[in-house]
Amino acid sequence: MSAYTISIVSIIGINVILAVSLNMISGFCGQISLGHGAFFGAGAYAAALTMVKIANVPLALLAALVAGGLFGIIVGFASLRVRSDFLAVTTIGVNFLFVGFVRKQSWLGGEMGISGIPPTGLGASGNMILILALACATVAFSLYVSRSWMGFAFRAVGEDEQAATTLGIAAGAYKLAAFGIGTALAGLAGGLYTFFTQFITVDAFDFIFSVMLMAMVVIGGIGSTWGVVAAAIGLTLLPEAIRFVNDYRLLVFGGMLVLVIRLAPGGLAGLVRGSFVHARQS
Amino acid sequence: MYYIDLAVTGISFGCMYAMMSVGLTLVYGLLRILHVAHAAVFALGAYATVLAANATGSITLGFAAALIVTPLFGMAIYRLLYEPLLDYRPDVPMIASVGLLVLMQDAFRIVFGEQGVTFRQNALSFTTFDIAGVTVSAVQIAIVVTAAIIFLGLHLFTTRTRIGVGWRATVSKPRIAASFGIDPIKVRYLNFAIGSALAAVAGGLVALLDNLVDPGIGFVVSYKALAIIVLGGLGSVRGTLIASLVLGLVESYGTIFIGTWLDRDAIAFLALIILLMIRPQGFIGARTA
Repeated sequence: MSAYTISIVSIIGINVILAVSLNMISGFCGQISLGHGAFFGAGAYAAALTMVKIANVPLALLAALVAGGLFGIIVGFASLRVRSDFLAVTTIGVNFLFVGFVRKQSWLGGEMGISGIPPTGLGASGNMILILALACATVAFSLYVSRSWMGFAFRAVGEDEQAATTLGIAAGAYKLAAFGIGTALAGLAGGLYTFFTQFITVDAFDFIFSVMLMAMVVIGGIGSTWGVVAAAIGLTLLPEAIRFVNDYRLLVFGGMLVLVIRLAPGGLAGLVRGSFVHARQS
Repeated sequence: MYYIDLAVTGISFGCMYAMMSVGLTLVYGLLRILHVAHAAVFALGAYATVLAANATGSITLGFAAALIVTPLFGMAIYRLLYEPLLDYRPDVPMIASVGLLVLMQDAFRIVFGEQGVTFRQNALSFTTFDIAGVTVSAVQIAIVVTAAIIFLGLHLFTTRTRIGVGWRATVSKPRIAASFGIDPIKVRYLNFAIGSALAAVAGGLVALLDNLVDPGIGFVVSYKALAIIVLGGLGSVRGTLIASLVLGLVESYGTIFIGTWLDRDAIAFLALIILLMIRPQGFIGARTA
């Protein structure tokens, strides 16, 4: 495999983890988060600091997971107090706060970011295999959660919180769980990103990136793991496959977001489901 | 004197935020949609102002052009984007709105260039007055005066005219207003037209202040405006005005006290998150969040 292919596949793997983990929060549990990039960033910075200090790969991944998850649970407490639109604005705020805070911290490299992060020792293709393995594990975990009791409770909370509470589902606890799990996985993706680039700046974790992740979830079909995986792969490859798209990346992403919501609010998954229904009917 | 300078900056920014945010809070009050793409309207207003001013040589004509283009654009957003999505969960139109903002911002970059557009003649930007040792720029005065005139006019419009009263009635009790013969659809168009015009004026004034319109002009302001309308208690115009001025001042003073560890643009959200934790319904709003 060429170095180019390896890097593309690595980025796809990272984006799949991010989109699937956001789908657990926003798709399964219905808590719209527009600040997923912040948790990704928290994980990346935790892993970077760990690697620079002690250069231990498993510990760095663990640090990334814990940093993302802890940060997420703190923000998850916000989801207990504020709902839907307010929560969306709060998570946008969390993203801006994260970027604004990191930019001014000299121990986090400030504007310059952290460079010279030691390599994992696995080589580029080893990194890629690690990323792919964890991406597959994330997808499998998401499919498992979706079919489990917890997935049912998430959906119940997402559909109608009061009805779920009436059924004896502790809505707050499940919302926190969704945030904790989703953001821990985003942190993990951040750790992998650090291994992959060995150089991080805070600009990689800005609000626009969070919007792109939300675009993957919505275009894939909010709540559908496979749809989201397909959209994450497609939207990562699109700028690579079509050169002009790279210059107009945001135009295309924004346009697709608008068109998909306007024409097919169910996303890819909704279209596929719809065509099956049609096939059966005809 | 330094502190008074900061107050002047804070108040002029606060007035600008107010003009930007009122349209946003009105849309929320009426439709329960977070109209994120309002920032694209703001940017469009700024571009229309600078381009028309450069073409005609008159800044007044620039603002006139912005006031014609943006209400149409705002109404088109309602008709083409939000109206078909009203039956879905409120986050569906919101995400569409985020998509539209990202799209418009990139479109501005592609059409008008990364560098942005500057005014060819903009004497106003460089005129400053010295009032008792405090330096005030002409544009800052223009912002405050414009905001005062606009909000006074808006107040008179909504309390003294039939259309204005009908508008307020529809925002607070849509069904009852409709039963009194007020057409709610017309009110929505009116709402988008006026809100967009306000944002356009704010955009044009910011363009004058910076003497530059670049593709990112609406971006940070828009998210601050979101923070402001939540701070003000979504849907409340009075709360929004208070929150705008408070934020303008807090930012202005905040830069010297906490600017060393936090970006200026993040202060709004720090305030927002602290307030939401204490009062989830905002400064004034009585509705539970």
